[in-house]
Amino acid sequence: MSVNKIIYMDYAATTPLDPKVAAKMAAHLTLDGVFANPASVHAPGRAARAAVEEARHEIAALVNAEPSEIVFTSGATESDNLAIKGLARFRKDKGRHIVTSRIEHKAVLDAVKQLEKESFDITWLKPGADGLIQPEAVRQALRPDTVLVTLMHANNELGTLNDIAAIGRLARANGTTFHVDAAQSAGKVPIDLKQLDVDLMSFAAHKVYGPKGMGALYVRREPRVNLEPLIHGGGHEQGMRSGTLATHQIVGMGEAFRLAGELMPAEMERLTALRERLWTGLQAIPGLLLNGHPTQRLPGILNVSFPGVEGESLLYACEGLAISSGSACNAADREPSYVLRGIGRDDQLAGASLRFSLGRFSTEAEVDAAVQLVTTQYRRLAALAA
Amino acid sequence: MSIYLDHNATAPLDPRVLEAMQPWLAGMHGNPSSVHRPGRAAHDALESARAQVAALVDAQPAQVVFTGGGTEADNLVLKGVCAGRPDGKLLVGAVEHSAVLGPAEALAEAGWEVRRIPVDSEGRYDLKALDALLAADSVKLVSAMLANNETGVLQDVAAIAKRVHAAGALLQCDAVQAAGKTPVEFPALGADLMTLSAHKLNGPRGVGALVMDRRVDLKPLIHGGGQEQGLRGGTENLAGIVGFGKAAALANEELKARTAHSQELRDALEAEVRKLPGVRVFSGGAERLPNTLQFGIEGLDGEWLVMELDKRGIAVSSGSACHSGSGEPSHVLTAMGLEPAIAKGALRISFGLGNTGSDVSAVAKALHEIMTGRARKMAAVGW
Repeated sequence: MSVNKIIYMDYAATTPLDPKVAAKMAAHLTLDGVFANPASVHAPGRAARAAVEEARHEIAALVNAEPSEIVFTSGATESDNLAIKGLARFRKDKGRHIVTSRIEHKAVLDAVKQLEKESFDITWLKPGADGLIQPEAVRQALRPDTVLVTLMHANNELGTLNDIAAIGRLARANGTTFHVDAAQSAGKVPIDLKQLDVDLMSFAAHKVYGPKGMGALYVRREPRVNLEPLIHGGGHEQGMRSGTLATHQIVGMGEAFRLAGELMPAEMERLTALRERLWTGLQAIPGLLLNGHPTQRLPGILNVSFPGVEGESLLYACEGLAISSGSACNAADREPSYVLRGIGRDDQLAGASLRFSLGRFSTEAEVDAAVQLVTTQYRRLAALAA
Repeated sequence: MSIYLDHNATAPLDPRVLEAMQPWLAGMHGNPSSVHRPGRAAHDALESARAQVAALVDAQPAQVVFTGGGTEADNLVLKGVCAGRPDGKLLVGAVEHSAVLGPAEALAEAGWEVRRIPVDSEGRYDLKALDALLAADSVKLVSAMLANNETGVLQDVAAIAKRVHAAGALLQCDAVQAAGKTPVEFPALGADLMTLSAHKLNGPRGVGALVMDRRVDLKPLIHGGGQEQGLRGGTENLAGIVGFGKAAALANEELKARTAHSQELRDALEAEVRKLPGVRVFSGGAERLPNTLQFGIEGLDGEWLVMELDKRGIAVSSGSACHSGSGEPSHVLTAMGLEPAIAKGALRISFGLGNTGSDVSAVAKALHEIMTGRARKMAAVGW
């Protein structure tokens, strides 16, 4: 299996661990490392607790939050579930209306659908053709009984960035809790929670060169946000999430977030240039369409539609290039992406779309090779179709 | 030089497990849901780990659902079976782990009637009392652990299963502390659902599993993405799962040798401990995990003893790590009917990977020193 020969352009699905992160994790596992249970009172336990708190500090620092506002979870999916179900169930006596959109990640969609079964009333906002949710649409959807607005920061398929500052102000003015899924954006673009009216924010470690199975939820302290826990038990994480803390996973996330903060200014510039190089290179394909807002988006994601061919065929023809036709979570069901249909692409175009996502280890040479491969295979398939 | 004797709180990772995890920490970084080549390699690794975990407990791979840990697995079972309106009662053992008691309390707040199964003075579930509880009410689910995390006492789960099934209820068995320390056979136990944790058997933390009869109607706790046959959403923690698989395979191969080794150490220490004045070994008359020794010393504060041993570089606990520092006698010892004077003096020593006979001598010597020093001080102040 020669995974190394593959050109990996699926960083939005998952990222490789940064070697520095892997080294830090390996030092927190075995008997000769910091391996103990952070809840233990003895010296090895206290060393583990210190490592956990240092990581919490790094994660808070990246988004300008307080360390006490960070709750560790097993990943962004759990964070989304804890935020959405936890808030709605805690506040159900205040109101049962929730505002979200049709193009959220499955973790949010499925959590909200579960609440719909528990007789919550859901407003499903429709994005514009550019993939953005307009603050005005949120304003119109808000009601006195709206307990929660949950919208993503960056869309995982398009890379488009919602104006969470404006949406947050509207929610706050309405007395509504605002949850943001920032799994795709944290560590890629600046986030300042002291400046934003965001009450809950979900993070994933594995989208930022950290470990899979690790995430965090930001829970604002002022004004205080209360949640009903999803997982009860020993009362870890201020009672919001029980379960023995996985020290190696937590320090891995801490190191990943520290590195992301350190590298962010340079990476934003470098990835934007690489993405433009990819877009420019693909212009040889006639009728190529960009999906999502042209500027208000993440540096590393390019989602394009190829008229006249099937996306899945193109994907298979490009063996050796790891990209996806949508989100990895939906890869198996072969349906055209609900995100692309949500922004108005017809089934044919939605089915003929590819998401290229670039990251820390992407190079110009890889971009050039990808352009050549995709262009060649496109021409071959288009000729067959004709 | 420190001596770690708190393997029931968490066990250090076996270096061979780290070796198995390494490729997934460096280089092989596919998302198992992606259709491209790295994604498919990830999918294969996921399935072979599932087979390894299944083999440890004599189950089918399709019966294994990976979770983010033992606590999550227990929550998934209790809330997953009892989701929605109460349509029966829930019975939980009085000495269950907080990962079971926590969700049971949450269900009680949501309107479920929850009853506790009492234990005898050795910490074993009282089967007659269980019969009475099952006969009195329509019971939906019973949760009874295989091995207790504090005393190490082993429950007769097969006998419990017979009674529970005769009453038409489901049985959940928390085998988190048992797996890797004593044989665990899912079909022989007769439980419908069973929970496991990787880090108690020298695997990584943050990974657990639910082993289940697939006919049980279970609602997911974490929605989104449809992973684990829709029972647990979220991108799989691949390095962790691969580590769990390897740890399970090693535990399976080496179970006899591990059991014999830890029992030899535990028995040697127990013989020394019994020489201390005012000591009582908890569950000492019952079948226990071979690696666990919990005892109390009359009139002594267990937390103080933990800190005294800690000063000497020996890591032990008074009971469950989850309740460290609370200063209250544990619910386990209280349920066993122990007087607070002795329950508060509890100390738990649990052996595992890397322990040797010299650790036993060191801890026996330290305990003797601490007790002698204390007696001298008390004599000096005229107690």
